[in-house]
Amino acid sequence: MRLHHALHILVFALAIPQIVKSQSDLLDMLTQEEEPLTQYTIATFKGTRIVSGHTVETQAEGVLQFLIGHRFGRLNAGWRDLFGLDNATVRLGFDYGVTDNLNLGFGRSSYTKVYDGHIKYRLLRQRYGAKPFPFTVTAMASAMIRSDLRPFGNIDVPIRSRMYYTYQIMLARKFGDWLSIQVTPTIVHRNLVQLASDKNSIFSLGLGSSVKLTKAMRFNAEYYMILPSNQILSEIQGEKVRNAFSFGIDLETGGHVFQLHFTNAQGMHEKFLASETTGRWLNGDIHFGFNVSRVFTIYDRYAKREKREARKKTTL
Amino acid sequence: MKNIPLLLLCFALNVYLSYGQIYYTSNGEITFYSHAPIEDIEATNKQVSCAIDIKEGKIAFSMLMNAFQFEKALMQEHFNERYVESHKFPKATFEGLIKDLEDVSLSKAGSYNIEVEGKLTLHGITKTVKSRGTIKVGIDKNVSAKSTFVVNLQDFKVEIPTMYIDNISESIEIKVDVKLKPKS
Repeated sequence: MRLHHALHILVFALAIPQIVKSQSDLLDMLTQEEEPLTQYTIATFKGTRIVSGHTVETQAEGVLQFLIGHRFGRLNAGWRDLFGLDNATVRLGFDYGVTDNLNLGFGRSSYTKVYDGHIKYRLLRQRYGAKPFPFTVTAMASAMIRSDLRPFGNIDVPIRSRMYYTYQIMLARKFGDWLSIQVTPTIVHRNLVQLASDKNSIFSLGLGSSVKLTKAMRFNAEYYMILPSNQILSEIQGEKVRNAFSFGIDLETGGHVFQLHFTNAQGMHEKFLASETTGRWLNGDIHFGFNVSRVFTIYDRYAKREKREARKKTTL
Repeated sequence: MKNIPLLLLCFALNVYLSYGQIYYTSNGEITFYSHAPIEDIEATNKQVSCAIDIKEGKIAFSMLMNAFQFEKALMQEHFNERYVESHKFPKATFEGLIKDLEDVSLSKAGSYNIEVEGKLTLHGITKTVKSRGTIKVGIDKNVSAKSTFVVNLQDFKVEIPTMYIDNISESIEIKVDVKLKPKS
């Protein structure tokens, strides 16, 4: 008798969810069909540079970015140089998205007349939901050639001695939708250095941050710390090499990002940040500067992917 | 113990009754268009899931907002980050009823003009929307549905900065195109 009762209850219990399901909307059924949701974190930084150094961000496939960087001279130069306006340096560069994760870049800086090229690859992406991952990882390798023949004094230096290499691993995490923090271990290798006591390979730790102020504006800060601090003993134009600190704001308008900032580093490349910054904030050796970026869509990546898949199907 | 066959029958019948009339797809297409003085914007989501219960005239859609594909990658980022805020509201859904179901005999092959009314949830806000469209029932029992309707961004609290009033339209045209198969 008891078993009989239990079975009745069981029949009823099994039937209830089915009755409820058939009465309730189809939407629940759709949700049940869907795979558990995993989403990638987007816009950890607004651009591919925090101020002068790279961010974990990459250009999407088929997108070409034109980046103009400008750093004026030192503010403490006073009226004579109109607070640094007379000694501006510029870097013009292109970054191109070969795939969403792989970027190639090229640039020319007027500061010490250098050409630089880089390859950047996003290895892992921060994501949340069913399969979360806590941060984004991007690696960058860059080579640089100094095109003035005499970097030190009056002796011509062969090309291999004017080569510089930079390697970075960038780890960044976006907290909520307002704060992003990046840690960037960096190695700068210089084929020729001024003094025997200078290290050829310099280790520097980069730290970066971006804080959302409004939907179109962010506050950014960047610090490159030479660790340990005694790796470069030579001076540049009578000044010691120091850690680079920069801060500024991002303003986003459609296809442009404007970045306005103050920094003690005049060069716009990790090699300058990590081994050639001589400005002292407390002395007023501060450069005002800006970056302007514009993106061009060379081709529609989705259309191309579809074509690629269609071609695969026909060849099969 | 004699109740076990009854139990199984009951269970099977329930499953049959709740799913027997349903047509389904997970790769329907929804495209939206914004026509503004400076530029036209268009994006397509090709991973829309849709179910239609033909007997009861019920229809439901569900899609991920970040699956909308834009030609310009930066536009896609802005769409998700600034406008629809996909990190807060990842999905858009619709559930509604086909009106005047008695005039539409969806069990027979043919093309029918229909009107659907239901609740659209977007950017965390639910509003009642009405839309006209067509449903085609094929001889092979496959069903396709098409519809075009307009959504006002203000209704769903998607704010356009005054700076972009000439770039982004306040009323967005939405085109739905789904091909469904009987759900097994």
